[in-house]
Amino acid sequence: MTDVAVIGASMTQFGERDAWIRGLLAEAGRACLDDAGVDPHEVEHLYVANMASGEFEGQTGVPNALVSDLAATPAYTQRVDQTSASGGAGIYAAWQSVASGAADLTLLVGGEKMTHRTTGESTDVIASLTHPVEYKHGVTLPSFAGLAARLYLDRYDAPRESLAEVAVKNHANGALNPHAQFQREIHVETALDSPMVADPLRLYDFCPVTDGAAALLFCPVEHARAHTDLFAVVSGVAGATDTHVVHERTDPTTMEAVVDSGEAAFEMAGRDPADVDVAELHDMFTILEFLQLEGLGFAAPGEAWRMAADGRTALDGDLPVNPSGGLKSKGHPLGATGVAQAYELYVQLVGDAGERSVGADVGLACNVGGFGNCVTTTVMEAG
Amino acid sequence: MTMEAYRYADGTITYPGHPVGPDCCEPVDTIDLSEYTAEVLTWTTASVSPPGVREPNHLAIVEFDVDGTPVRAIGQLTTGDVAIGDEIRPVYCDQLRDPSAAIRETDSQDWDGYRFEPV
Repeated sequence: MTDVAVIGASMTQFGERDAWIRGLLAEAGRACLDDAGVDPHEVEHLYVANMASGEFEGQTGVPNALVSDLAATPAYTQRVDQTSASGGAGIYAAWQSVASGAADLTLLVGGEKMTHRTTGESTDVIASLTHPVEYKHGVTLPSFAGLAARLYLDRYDAPRESLAEVAVKNHANGALNPHAQFQREIHVETALDSPMVADPLRLYDFCPVTDGAAALLFCPVEHARAHTDLFAVVSGVAGATDTHVVHERTDPTTMEAVVDSGEAAFEMAGRDPADVDVAELHDMFTILEFLQLEGLGFAAPGEAWRMAADGRTALDGDLPVNPSGGLKSKGHPLGATGVAQAYELYVQLVGDAGERSVGADVGLACNVGGFGNCVTTTVMEAG
Repeated sequence: MTMEAYRYADGTITYPGHPVGPDCCEPVDTIDLSEYTAEVLTWTTASVSPPGVREPNHLAIVEFDVDGTPVRAIGQLTTGDVAIGDEIRPVYCDQLRDPSAAIRETDSQDWDGYRFEPV
């Protein structure tokens, strides 16, 4: 297989945007091509990571629209939908297209337009991924998080404050990210005093509803070397799927798809958790940062809650986690999220992360769909 | 109406039932979980609900013991006054949420079921 590089990356401003899905995707796509200095007509494959533009906006066929909007005809295009993990799945698809030799230049653009809907409506669109026995009881992704968090805190005798420490850390990082939806620091007390959403989780344990898009441009490593000195290499990428019905899993505090995709990505990259300098994890809810740190092997079961409190996952810690601000602070436009995670790894690896630079050579991103239903883990390294 | 779980050829039981069990075995029997009690594994109260869902919405994952075989289920609680380890029994509810307000098509699934009531 061909070794695959990322030679360009972009993300739009995340937050409440006037633009609709087509505008957001085109903005990110154009910026990515400009970043790489590539003409749109050179793009051979164009993947669009998006969960629900039809449900949110009544706009389907976004891949076709984007090819036109970027003047990238006649590039082959398709949509990649894996709910909240659409972006990670898009990375996997884009990597496959180049690694297989099917394309020499593949653009991935992920995006979602959500904020025109109420929080309840957005929550219902996302909850529609659940099994009928879950959906009819009004089970939502936030309620899954509340169920998992209560069990985790009880089982491991972890303090409630440990979850607030994750929010504090990721807000501090987001304050350094000009693209983040929330660019302000918070205190532990702010998080602990915020309104209850899914007991024991409060408002500041949750990511916001967000509009935004991000993009990555892939090509063979040998082409990247001829094109630029600044690129990243996708050294490992793998996906895995867990049960559709969440309560059927053996341990509600273990996300097996995180474990499986992480092990496969590490094996492909020839790396292990100790090699990772920076990680972007899917902190849609603060508890998910613990579950992924443990599932990926960065912490033993029941031990990840100590890492944020001890400062180990801060920008100056031994494993900076979510230097972008994470979903918690940067925002979570569903289809964009996995792509934006890799955007953060890219700027960290090529030395373009500004104040939040951690000096990384190896980065990992974990993109979670549903409540661990489908997961893609990506390992990227400096080229 | 029953709270129907499937038993598969290898002895495992799931709720809901599936075309095949976790180890690809065919279903061989059904069990009505509403005849059993269960233990609360974890619970939450969701304060913000999607359209058509009661607010607040008390939810739990519970574990039944069907003659030595564990079977889990998720569902609404009749009260938020519960704790991990409490014993519950299923009680029938003819409409768990208002399907006319949901994004999912009303005719695509059923909307009645069982809430969990502390014993």
